[in-house]
Amino acid sequence: MGAAPDLFARRLLFVTGKGGVGKSTIAAAMAILAAERGQRVLLVDVDAKGTIADLFEVPRVGFEPREVFPGVSALAMSTEASLREYLKLNLRIPVLGRLGPLAKVLDFVATAAPGVKEILTVGKVCWEVRAAIDGGADWDLVIVDAAATGHIIGQLDAPRAIQELVQVGMVREQTDWMVELLSDPSITALNVVVTPEEMPVIETIELVASVRERLHVPLGVAIVNRVLPELFTHADEETFEALREPEPSRVLVEHAGEGATAVLDAARLAVSLRRTRAAHLARLREAVAMPTLYVPYLFVRDHGLRVTRMVAEGLGQEMA
Amino acid sequence: MTTSSSLERLLAAREIVVFCGSGGVGKTSLAAASGLGAAQRVGGKVLVLTIDPARRLASALGLEGIGNVERRVPDDALKAAGIELRGELFVAMLDTKQSWDELVLRHAPDEETAHRILENRLYQNITGRFVQSHDYIAMERLFDLHATGTYDLIIIDTPPTRNALDFLEAPARMAEFFGGRLVRWLTMPYRVGGGRGARVINFASRPFYQLADRILGSQFLQDIAEFFLNFQSMHDGFVSRARSVEALLHDRRTSFAVVTTLEGAPLREAEVFCRELVARDFHLGALVLNKTLPPYLLEPGATAAADVLRAEAPAIAARLGALDVRALADDERSVRVLRTIAESFANFAVVATREAELRTELGRDPEVVADVPFEDRDIADLAGLARLATHLF
Repeated sequence: MGAAPDLFARRLLFVTGKGGVGKSTIAAAMAILAAERGQRVLLVDVDAKGTIADLFEVPRVGFEPREVFPGVSALAMSTEASLREYLKLNLRIPVLGRLGPLAKVLDFVATAAPGVKEILTVGKVCWEVRAAIDGGADWDLVIVDAAATGHIIGQLDAPRAIQELVQVGMVREQTDWMVELLSDPSITALNVVVTPEEMPVIETIELVASVRERLHVPLGVAIVNRVLPELFTHADEETFEALREPEPSRVLVEHAGEGATAVLDAARLAVSLRRTRAAHLARLREAVAMPTLYVPYLFVRDHGLRVTRMVAEGLGQEMA
Repeated sequence: MTTSSSLERLLAAREIVVFCGSGGVGKTSLAAASGLGAAQRVGGKVLVLTIDPARRLASALGLEGIGNVERRVPDDALKAAGIELRGELFVAMLDTKQSWDELVLRHAPDEETAHRILENRLYQNITGRFVQSHDYIAMERLFDLHATGTYDLIIIDTPPTRNALDFLEAPARMAEFFGGRLVRWLTMPYRVGGGRGARVINFASRPFYQLADRILGSQFLQDIAEFFLNFQSMHDGFVSRARSVEALLHDRRTSFAVVTTLEGAPLREAEVFCRELVARDFHLGALVLNKTLPPYLLEPGATAAADVLRAEAPAIAARLGALDVRALADDERSVRVLRTIAESFANFAVVATREAELRTELGRDPEVVADVPFEDRDIADLAGLARLATHLF
């Protein structure tokens, strides 16, 4: 299976990346691919910005999982709903309204105790994965459209942080198994989406370094999104450069009108974009040393299921 | 560009300009470029405050390791990039942990309380580890820097929050929280038990505490209570401070610039952001469209030319072959290159057309809309920022 041998054999795939690199689209595309290969997938949208709905062209997704594509169910994270579910499952408290102070705790969670927010997110995810492993869930694989690079360490490290804070009690035991699950390379992989641009590449290199250094979550693959096509071979590029000289340019303008100059400029832009990007990619490959998949730039600036499927197709070719 | 002078006016008239927008649109670079441009053209002391934990600005400004303390961009670095300033340019990063510590030291009634807070495990985790504490502390730091009166203009790049609006509400939320009943209520058993030496036994009498004890363990609860008990002593200072921070954001001296690319998702977010800013009575000063594709991609003549180049490639190649240029001697190769550039043009034109449509859909508010074209090079140094600034002014 090439660069990513056992990715879909795992149970929990986190997808992170710098804002704007297409992290959600890649997570959705992965879900489609896994489903097409016979897996039942739960896709979790951590930011709950409503992107899943756009990517699959379905009505807004909530905390209750719903099928958005054949074989793919999705849920949007809600820390409040996650806490409610947690209390219900663990303490058998059916109606929160009957315990006045707990409503206040929800406020507390939502506003000023950020660590709790992270643990409720990761906790819910781990819970679903455990259910999947035990065969008690409607899915085999959980794919998480996770926090962006700046936040992902804080999010995935939350169980360990809580472990340090809470010495005894039920939560302590639960964070113990969560940490175990998150650090098991046969179960979990953290995947990073990046575009071949300078800042995303720098952030990815930094992220991968700190994951290796202090986060005990196994790394999966790097997915390079929006890779521009190579227009020319070396020899063809010489021909292209020759076309831009005054005399050949004149020939083109005589034949095709003044607009031919713009066509040459556009090709020049494409070539130099491709070149600077190739340099960033080389830097990325050298620094992160992890299996890397490439998804081509799609010359559409649109969203929706059609584009999601195109991305899935591109990704699928890399994982074939 | 007619719009350019108005962004310059905005930067000249305001004391604080907050750059916001969704991740990846180039907020940090544009904030830095605006700061540089203002120092070049308007003059005065300009500070660019960046919050991004990835330290992007530092590398662009050639200032590795800039910290919580503001630093002046050195003359020789500017000179080397061929930049002359009328004023001075300063940069600072936000160190969340350090800023929180300073805040505690400022508001704690005495040194002992300050140290108890700083050493509380809960405090250390909240401030050091969890990202959302960025939101409040960023605004707090902005207030602090503004209050020193050192700078004529402060440009701040907003934290990469999940919800771009979170940071706007952070001061109000903070004031509300520490002024609220929940904190009093959480610390109650300890106070009933006689202050700091309180026993966990007090929990037993109340169902909620029993429950909380089962879930979290009593040590953690004690940490929480101790944290809030100590924090309570800073309550008044803290709340009034948070209110001042909020007032400053609403002040006429402060304006907001929303940055977006012409891509679907960031643009939708920018539209929501513009609406919300206005609805909440903040001043929306500018909308900056970043990384827009060059206008020649939309010329009808260019599209027609691309079609001709593809359709008549063999005839054109034959004429090129007659020019006695070595690289154009092979007709087959010329045909291939002509078809490739025609196809590449059509590809980019598709994207440019969609951008143009989105742009038309975009409302007319605010008045200042700046267009920053797509760069085929990355902004990685001062010269790059200066180049970017020319599109903004």
